[in-house]
Amino acid sequence: MSFRPEILWSDALLFLLLAAVLGFVLHVRRHEHLRAPWLRVAQSRMGVVTAVILACYAVIGVLDSLHFRPALPVEAGAPVQYGNEVLSVLDVLAEPLRMRVEKTYSEPFALHLYAKENLSLPDGGQMRAYPRLKYGGAHLAGTAERAGDIAWRAAAGALWGAGLAFGFWLLAALSRVWQARGFLPATTQLLRAPEAAAWRTALMTLSLLLVLGGVLGRLSIDYHILGTDKVGQDVLYLSLKSIRTGLLIGTLTTLIMLPFALFLGVAAGYYGGRVDDVIQFVYTTLNSIPGVLLIAAAVLVAQVYVETHPELFDTSAARSDLRLVFLCGILGVTSWTGLARLLRAETLKLRELEYIQAARAFGVANLRILSRHILPNVGHLVLITVVIDFSGLVLAEAVLSYVGVGVDPTMASWGNMINGARLELAREPMVWWQLAAAFLFMFILVLSANLFADSVRDAFDPRAGARA
Amino acid sequence: MLAYIVRRILYAIPILIGVNLLTFALFFVVNTPDDMARIHLGAKHVTPEAIERWKTEHGYDKPLFFNRAEQGLGKVSDTLFVDKSLKLFAFSFGQADDGRDIAREIGIRMWPSLAIALPTFLVGLMAYISFALVMVLFRATYLDFAGVVLCVVLMSISGLFYIIGGQYLLGKLWHWVPVSGYELGWAGIKFLLLPVLVGVVSGLGDSSRFYRTLFLEEIHKDYVRTARAKGLSERAVLFRHVLGNAMIPILTGAVVVIPRLFLGSLILESFFGIPGLGSYTIDAIQAQDFAIVRAMVFLGSVLYILGLLLTDISYTAVDPRVRLE
Repeated sequence: MSFRPEILWSDALLFLLLAAVLGFVLHVRRHEHLRAPWLRVAQSRMGVVTAVILACYAVIGVLDSLHFRPALPVEAGAPVQYGNEVLSVLDVLAEPLRMRVEKTYSEPFALHLYAKENLSLPDGGQMRAYPRLKYGGAHLAGTAERAGDIAWRAAAGALWGAGLAFGFWLLAALSRVWQARGFLPATTQLLRAPEAAAWRTALMTLSLLLVLGGVLGRLSIDYHILGTDKVGQDVLYLSLKSIRTGLLIGTLTTLIMLPFALFLGVAAGYYGGRVDDVIQFVYTTLNSIPGVLLIAAAVLVAQVYVETHPELFDTSAARSDLRLVFLCGILGVTSWTGLARLLRAETLKLRELEYIQAARAFGVANLRILSRHILPNVGHLVLITVVIDFSGLVLAEAVLSYVGVGVDPTMASWGNMINGARLELAREPMVWWQLAAAFLFMFILVLSANLFADSVRDAFDPRAGARA
Repeated sequence: MLAYIVRRILYAIPILIGVNLLTFALFFVVNTPDDMARIHLGAKHVTPEAIERWKTEHGYDKPLFFNRAEQGLGKVSDTLFVDKSLKLFAFSFGQADDGRDIAREIGIRMWPSLAIALPTFLVGLMAYISFALVMVLFRATYLDFAGVVLCVVLMSISGLFYIIGGQYLLGKLWHWVPVSGYELGWAGIKFLLLPVLVGVVSGLGDSSRFYRTLFLEEIHKDYVRTARAKGLSERAVLFRHVLGNAMIPILTGAVVVIPRLFLGSLILESFFGIPGLGSYTIDAIQAQDFAIVRAMVFLGSVLYILGLLLTDISYTAVDPRVRLE
């Protein structure tokens, strides 16, 4: 075997989360009343479009979470040694992006470096000039050819993406063949039937994304389409790597805080009295500490712990990964209070309703009432809060990394990209591409998440829908 | 009313004790003062003597809870817990790692913070309410729709982008205002304009959309229908009846943050070079100065609890239905 799979802590948690989501989906599919609101989400065009975009981000994030350590080249017969470098499937797929490291900054689509250097001329003399990039546009003779070359390659990439998109349409049609009795009826159904509207929207979005991805992918093989950073790494590659960090912060935090919020919020509302007092005390205390400061304090403490116990971490990836998980944990601690308060209020209301009173009169045990009658009826609140919180957490990562209490500085994240680029803004001409890339990737994710959250809220909370 | 306030203040004490214990646990039990000394001394200079010296210099050379070396009450009182944690209640914050008195620094630095935070808060509140009212006035038209779309887009942009974009556009490209800096007195206003503008814009999406929802919730209530049935104009209904009633949740929601305005904004102050409490805290975090972080955590909690108290009192002021007892 030429590699060894490596499961980092965050990977394990992410797989756990994926399993939970899968279980939830299967559960929803089996129950008509749970399926109904999701069908309403599918009816809103915005919901479908944003779901497809979010799914694309998720796929990249999951690909980047399948980690392994490649084997080092050894002589035949010797035991296999594994390197200290932890790679992911995404790294392998984006090999051309990862390996083509320039010397320092270069603009998007540039052929030359950003900084002047002393070049030795063939006749032995020296001159100060912008040296050519080692990889970016290396196949061109000069800047004059660039525009034509880009157009030509973009067209080829678009065609490639369109072909792939066509494949997806074909696949969607084929999946209906059995149901529609024949390929032609299946195609008409897919293209015309009102029930298939959601599929058409999804496939249209996917097609657009694939064409765009084809263009960008084709161009990024020969150019640095978003430029390179200070140490010459491709900014597109960094932005793609940052997706995993952003997604993990947004989702793992929820995974960690959800049990607390659910259990404590519902218990406080249902039992009341002493239990309520204690839980309220705990969350008022946590709430009263300014969020950033609590996070800062906890991360500082964790940092000291990591620095004084270097023996616990065998790779730098494991170290930065643990910091990420810890950050998610502490974000979870600071963010469960909002949901808990919401759940407490809702449970207080539900507790007095007739069907709960009836269940109690029949002598149903408290735990059973909680799990069968209360939990399912606060589910929509949990879902809406989780989806709305996601975008806030992604944005918070950038701010925290700027303050210096975010993810590990060696980890690819939008916050770190912004932080690194901020110091270069004063340079002339400005180094803007790294900032722009980080903000753009973050903006698309957060905007999609916000719009998706809106359609989820409209579908699950009809009252809010009527208002908005 | 007075009895209520006294009771609320009494109720705040256990919460502050909770905060105190939590920060003490974080800063002293999880991380011993030895760890702190090691970090500050750096990898090269760590010897047991150096650690002891650092601890003595910074007053960390005591046991956590129980001092065997002392007599009588000193066994309990001459400890780190009393010295570093309980003394926070008397607002005696001790010294920062550079030897300066933290309480004095806070007293000086809260004014620049306030100079940014207060205008941001007031201008922001007015801007958000006005924008929300315009959307509600044109509700269910394309103008309203465009407003909501704008809000969602604004919400999705990182706060850092507003700062960097504002500094670049207004400061560097157009030279309207200085990029960063601070100056006392009226001459300093030019330094405040950009941070306040950025602060207001970065909250616009979130708050306006929230206020719009509040207004729309009111607009479907019975008293609004009655007012319309009386023949009042749409504008009179909106500005007198709806605005008045929706102001209750808006004001009470805003009151909570007023005391915390003193703490300033970490990000704004550090980007714009304003010597306020926000940049003080951020510098402390980056220099790993635990004494300052601890003081700010405690101060933040006190101000938050004060905010909660003010919220309850403001309910009675704006909503005659609420009586505190």
